[in-house]
Amino acid sequence: MTATNTFDRPKLDWPSALRESGFAALAALMLTIPMVGFRTVDRPTGLELDMRFEEVAAAALLVFFGRLGFALIRQGQPAAVLVLALGAAVLGFVVPLPTKVLQIILVGGGLVIALRAAWQIWRGSRPVPAADAGPSFMDRFAAEVQRAGKWLGPVGVLFAVAFPFLPIADRQTIDIGILLLTYVMLGWGLNIVVGLAGLLDLGYVAFYAVGAYSYALLAVNFGWSFWACLPLAGLLAAFSGVLLGFPVLRLRGDYFAIVTLGFGEIIRVILINWYQFTGGPNGVIGIPRPSFFGLAEFTRNPAEGDIAFHQMFGLEFDTLHRIVFLYYLILILALVVNFFTLRVRKLPLGRAWEALREDDIACTSLGVNRTNIKLAAFAIAAMFGGFAGSFFATRQGFVSPESFTFIESAIILAIVVLGGMGSQIGVVVATILVIGLPEFFRELEQYRMLAFGLGMVAIMLWRPRGLLAHREPTILLHPSGGAAKAAVKGG
Amino acid sequence: MSQHTSPHLLNVERLTMRFGGLVAVNDVSFAARDREITAVIGPNGAGKTTLFNCITGFYSPTVGRLTLRHPNTGKEFLLERMPGYRISQAASVARTFQNIRLFSGMSVLENLIVAQHNKLMRASGFSIAGLLGLPGFRRAEREALDLARYWLDRVGLTERADWQAGALPYGDQRRLEIARAMCTEPVLLCLDEPAAGLNPRESGDLASLLTFIRDEHKIGLLLIEHDMSVVMTISDHVVVLDYGRKIADGAPLAVRNDPAVIRAYLGEDEDEDLPAEVAADIEASKAGETAP
Repeated sequence: MTATNTFDRPKLDWPSALRESGFAALAALMLTIPMVGFRTVDRPTGLELDMRFEEVAAAALLVFFGRLGFALIRQGQPAAVLVLALGAAVLGFVVPLPTKVLQIILVGGGLVIALRAAWQIWRGSRPVPAADAGPSFMDRFAAEVQRAGKWLGPVGVLFAVAFPFLPIADRQTIDIGILLLTYVMLGWGLNIVVGLAGLLDLGYVAFYAVGAYSYALLAVNFGWSFWACLPLAGLLAAFSGVLLGFPVLRLRGDYFAIVTLGFGEIIRVILINWYQFTGGPNGVIGIPRPSFFGLAEFTRNPAEGDIAFHQMFGLEFDTLHRIVFLYYLILILALVVNFFTLRVRKLPLGRAWEALREDDIACTSLGVNRTNIKLAAFAIAAMFGGFAGSFFATRQGFVSPESFTFIESAIILAIVVLGGMGSQIGVVVATILVIGLPEFFRELEQYRMLAFGLGMVAIMLWRPRGLLAHREPTILLHPSGGAAKAAVKGG
Repeated sequence: MSQHTSPHLLNVERLTMRFGGLVAVNDVSFAARDREITAVIGPNGAGKTTLFNCITGFYSPTVGRLTLRHPNTGKEFLLERMPGYRISQAASVARTFQNIRLFSGMSVLENLIVAQHNKLMRASGFSIAGLLGLPGFRRAEREALDLARYWLDRVGLTERADWQAGALPYGDQRRLEIARAMCTEPVLLCLDEPAAGLNPRESGDLASLLTFIRDEHKIGLLLIEHDMSVVMTISDHVVVLDYGRKIADGAPLAVRNDPAVIRAYLGEDEDEDLPAEVAADIEASKAGETAP
């Protein structure tokens, strides 16, 4: 603390800094006692609770000094704090301490505070931006990305098409690609309801389940082919969407969300309990794989009179063929959803959805039939969910109610919200973040979900409206650049 | 009721609206005529907005009949029996709101295109022809764009057509809402306090916009307004409500001098209850009457 006194500045307000730090430490103490302070120990007499005073004290001290550091940084002492924090970190590194916890806290905490102080010094040396300097960097970035969508979209599609032939493509990466594309498709489907029509649907997975079970049951019980079942599964899912829609659509906001949540659970519970029909918790097994558009099978030795894919094209038999085919199948399905959404946004239906999201009372006053518009959004999104579901069933060869829990709905919704509601590219980016990163970082094991949660919190704090939340008008009166800039300025 | 040149457009008969024990509108009858501006005035809480919400289908009245007669076709609509969206879709009654309700995240132009939803929806074959991009739909869209361009020009927003509606200044938002309502091609336009929050110059522009709509588009207008300078200059017919009852009905000049109206604004004895503008207006009108 002597170091700070050498920078003798009159405005240094010790009492308030100490009070603030004290309160923070108290809050930390109250939080850490129940969460960190106890541990269960297995003794011969049974499980017992041990107290962990050291850790609690260390956490409270860390919070106290950390908060003090931040308070001093705020009062214009970043240099002193930087020196002190670095000193603490070095101290923790060099001097042998009684416990490892103390050491970690000294080094880690010291470094974090030092970083913050260094950032403050770096920023302090630059001119302070005016408060109304216009849209933030990310806002402009999002606008740029939306506008770049014209070429970014085709480039992305080209990459996705070429992907199975790239050197990085092997069985595992193509599998991840299929998984990503499935979620992209679901995200794009849900985007119609949540992003465009502004209806918070927490039970989207129900339609995914209806599609999956439709195909599974039709194929297993009647031997219908995938290509006959795909449209049927979509229709059945759309029908279930309308069925749910009728009673629910008069509700608004939170009430609507809760009922959709309930609907998602009802479908899952029916799947578990209607044993004779759905196979209950055991699910449906032996779902046939898709054929090459009904022309050829992906088998080494096709049945008498049939022809296999590799024979048809004169290739060596390879199990990868089917996976690549599935990859292209889901790519096409996802692109259909994307194409539909991009197109419908410029149609009266799509514009009415967005208007409904903005103000449903004004919609009524303009003669827009809200119920029909909402039902259309629900049915169409459900249909796409149903397509994705039957793809899921044919890819896995097995469906059970476990695949359709609430967490799936939550993940799909997270993709839509994180990406920026209504943004098609945002959904792709968010899917890569939400599904892709945890897949690639499986080595982190149990810390994976922790990191995932932290990431979500960070994004929501930093970009509460989603990563790429920027809306371009669907029709322009002055399509030249000047007007587009004005629109951005308006945004 | 005295004979007028233009026929009845909207006939309100014995309209009563109760909310539990509160009678917001009590047995109100009046008629709004085609090609006329009918103003509904009254002190705060007099039931003006409730009356509007009954006419435009946001409330269904407890008692009463609301008949709208299309002047060209002679078709009659019983508004109290129609669901909210049909009142605009079928009966062609458009409205604006006291607190502006624009689609603020959408562009100015999109607001005007959404207003033509029903027409475009039919043209797009409920999206099927639209998805295929058939020429019929594209023609309808061009026409919708032309109508939007016309109204943008009228309200002076052509330059800002691609702006986000929510980013417009307040006065522009007011005028955009009127333009949006006019894009539904109504026979009756209901305006809920269109001059609220406007400065005197903007009020003047608004008054000329409303008279333009009446004279050029030959439709009826019904407006709630507190700004007496607007009411007295442009309206052809004034209805005064107080505590949910109609206390006066007639030409602006007659209404202004009606003792019941003055009492409603002044209170029985307390002069200080009179809003400054109203007092000034009354003074001015008395002076004006004596002059010629």
